[in-house]
Amino acid sequence: MTPIIETHELSKSFKDFKAVDKLSFSIRRGDVYGFLGQNGAGKSTTMRMLLGLIFPDSGSILINGNEFNNGRRDLLSSIGAIIERPDMYGYLSGWDNLKIFAALSGGKIPTSRLHEVLEVVGLKGREKDKVKAYSQGMKQRLGIAIALVHQPDLLILDEPTNGLDPQGIAEMRQLIVSLSKDHGKTILISSHLLAEIEQMATRMIIIHKGHKVVEGAVGSLLNPDETLVEVITNKDASIKGKLAASEWQKTIKTIEDKLITFKMNPANTPALNRWLVAQNIDVLEIRSKHSLEEYFLSLTNDTVTKN
Amino acid sequence: MIQLLRIELYKIFKRPRTYISFGIVAAITFVIQLAMLTDGKTFIGFAIQGINEQFDIQGNMLNGYLVTYIILQSLLIHIPLLVALVAGDSLAGEANMGTLRLLLTKPITRPKLVLIKFVSSFLYTVLLIIWLAVVALFFSILLFGTGDMINLKSEAFIMILKDDVLWRYFAAFGFATLAMTTIASLALMLSAFADNSIGPIISTMGIVVVLTILSNLEIPLFSHIKPYLFTTHMIGWKGFFDEPIPYAAIGKSCMVLVAYTVGFLATTIFYFNRKDIKT
Repeated sequence: MTPIIETHELSKSFKDFKAVDKLSFSIRRGDVYGFLGQNGAGKSTTMRMLLGLIFPDSGSILINGNEFNNGRRDLLSSIGAIIERPDMYGYLSGWDNLKIFAALSGGKIPTSRLHEVLEVVGLKGREKDKVKAYSQGMKQRLGIAIALVHQPDLLILDEPTNGLDPQGIAEMRQLIVSLSKDHGKTILISSHLLAEIEQMATRMIIIHKGHKVVEGAVGSLLNPDETLVEVITNKDASIKGKLAASEWQKTIKTIEDKLITFKMNPANTPALNRWLVAQNIDVLEIRSKHSLEEYFLSLTNDTVTKN
Repeated sequence: MIQLLRIELYKIFKRPRTYISFGIVAAITFVIQLAMLTDGKTFIGFAIQGINEQFDIQGNMLNGYLVTYIILQSLLIHIPLLVALVAGDSLAGEANMGTLRLLLTKPITRPKLVLIKFVSSFLYTVLLIIWLAVVALFFSILLFGTGDMINLKSEAFIMILKDDVLWRYFAAFGFATLAMTTIASLALMLSAFADNSIGPIISTMGIVVVLTILSNLEIPLFSHIKPYLFTTHMIGWKGFFDEPIPYAAIGKSCMVLVAYTVGFLATTIFYFNRKDIKT
């Protein structure tokens, strides 16, 4: 099946800064595709290139198998997007904004459809208020309504949970999952939080400094067997020998002073805990994180350290 | 295209700031009319005192036509600023608000968007000039009545008969619309270069002020470039109040203004079509 989006060696520089460097990836129809990278990794620049807001220096973009630049107008009819903040005309009502962008989306959109999308995003009853009186969450919802109103096949959402409170984030996640499952939308969603992508995406890519680091199905990239389980114990000289002779030996990643790291399925953590206690080893703390998360955090820390 | 234009006009006329220009035009006009109502006779007496010694002038000199002419002389310097307030904001304002990126993710080509912005700025300019015609001409006639119009120039004194004046005003307003459209296209071009509207509005006024000074300076150094400056031709409307009317000069001024307008618009489309939208 032809991917809904395919990029080949996409590159973009701003003066001496290489924002995106030979980035290739593909999104299949029906995917919730997570676009993960720290701030400044090149996510927004890539998304803007996919929408024709920024022109690539080199490389190509295919949407539904068609060269984006050749059929830009038609292709944009099948895309709904929020890039960074969902900025709208603050002096107009939510309804006016929705009506304006619906009219610009190509084709005649009936009023009933406007009511329908307001219902989907939970803004019914507040549509007559001026947008400048909306909270950030309401603006995000209106942004989604605008992106959805012309029934696009593909949604491009750039950090849609930015600026939302925890409840807003949870509701937005739920909405995105529902748009994929119940409405059959293909969604490209960016975030700088792995946990967020993990909860929504079916496939994902991590980019760093404009380069692709890894791409694949979330299930395989976040394979539970790849989870890092860290155990903090009281210092015990015998522990190394006991572990070496045990069934846990093959799961040990590192042993440093009081910290032992295992690479294993977190479902086995209770058994490990029981075994350690049975060996008279005091367990002070057990925590788990995925190796991909550790890798992703190392990218972030690397930059923080350098800055 | 019509649908897009309707949306654009809806956005312009839903903004409270759009009406500031109409308010300013009305306020300045009424202030001048009030001044003429109270001190107009003294003003006219002073203006024609030299002529009075050689001619016997009778009738209503302080009439609506003369007051309108005085208002236009004062206001047509300020109207470029009012036009720039809307045209300079048209692309840069959208960039500043962040709505430009949302607009451009919709299936509209960039040249079409620029053309819509230009046409809407043009229609706004037309409305502003019509408004000027209503408050300046209509209310001046209402307040001061009609009569033969005197046009006092530094080197001549022109008397235009009452029945020959009104059409000249309509022609002058038409010409002013063209001149202000050139300003609108300049402001739109500067708006495409910027990401906030203050820059294009101030730049437009800066360019107009500097070029107007150059157009008026009687220095040989600038005499070669003067015929090519659009500001030299913006005052072509005054030609309709000369006798005989210099149709050739007015026609030339129209062509220069149209050429500038097309040039500014083409530059805007060329640049905006390649611009990375980063706001």
